[in-house]
Amino acid sequence: MSAPSATRGRLRHVALIALCLLLVAGCTTVSDNSMQLSSDSLQLRQLQTRRIDGIDEKALLAACVGVLQDLGFNIDESETRLGVIVASKNRSAVDLGDAVGDLVVDSLFEAALDAMFDALLGDDWDDDDEDEDEDIVYDVTQKIRASIVTRPALDSSGQRLKDTQILRITLQRLVWDSEGKIAHAESIEDPKIYRKFFDRLSKSIFLELQAN
Amino acid sequence: MRVRYRLLVIVGAALSFGCVSSIDQVMNSGQSPVQLRSFQERAFDTADKEQTLRSVIATLQDLSFVLDKADFDLGIVSATKLSGYQLRVTVTVRPRGNSQMLVRANAQQGERAVEDPKPYQDFFIALEKSMFLTAHEVD
Repeated sequence: MSAPSATRGRLRHVALIALCLLLVAGCTTVSDNSMQLSSDSLQLRQLQTRRIDGIDEKALLAACVGVLQDLGFNIDESETRLGVIVASKNRSAVDLGDAVGDLVVDSLFEAALDAMFDALLGDDWDDDDEDEDEDIVYDVTQKIRASIVTRPALDSSGQRLKDTQILRITLQRLVWDSEGKIAHAESIEDPKIYRKFFDRLSKSIFLELQAN
Repeated sequence: MRVRYRLLVIVGAALSFGCVSSIDQVMNSGQSPVQLRSFQERAFDTADKEQTLRSVIATLQDLSFVLDKADFDLGIVSATKLSGYQLRVTVTVRPRGNSQMLVRANAQQGERAVEDPKPYQDFFIALEKSMFLTAHEVD
């Protein structure tokens, strides 16, 4: 009798030490590379940046606001003197294909397992069959954020070129699941999305220049 | 045995209280201001506030941040990076004498202040490249 209880005591001891260590570790900031330029940062920059001719910075910013509004964004912040616009929109993140697919696969899998165990062990092997399929978690809502930054293009001697701007847009999104937890927190790096934006922008710039 | 056991619990509790929620967090600043500034602050040899702010913004975009806020007059830029984690940074730019701009960054990751010098060093290295200027430590 005494041997198992001593073992249990030691186990508890170890568990406590582990807990304390965890708490201490939780307090320190993990050293990371979050502020380091990654190997694909140049590629991303090219994807997100365009040089735009024939428009001054303010008119370009106005054209950008137009595109953002077309896309259903609300403007959160703007600073014309630095060429900055920040916008966001909240949208559904329910991907019907994904959610239904998961549900079907899960329930098929479970049904198959149940049938197998029922056959092997008889009907009573698992009493709480009913409670099992409640915890399917899927993406519900997302916040998409965009920041657009313009700057005057410079010539080789560092002088500002007239009516030529460099524009860069960066996009990110936060996705919450059906339990209200953050499921994804990510930069948007899909080239298609950026191409779509710049397509829309060139049309908006055209309209902006027509209006003036 | 039992005494040690209790001691462990107390130590564990103390440690956990040392870092999680309490009203004390409002005015709590972790390290000393002098220590924080030693790695959060750098001076650049330029008097051009606008160019410095624009370089800060370009650097943040290079690092995959999306801006939250920018104010030229106050010289403030805030931005957030989402990459599995949420990293929020505020950078301030203000003149130091007639020939320098002082750049200070502070960041929080999730619900924790970033007080490790490395991310700040990385940030200033990236900013140096964007500004074509050396970041000087400030005494």
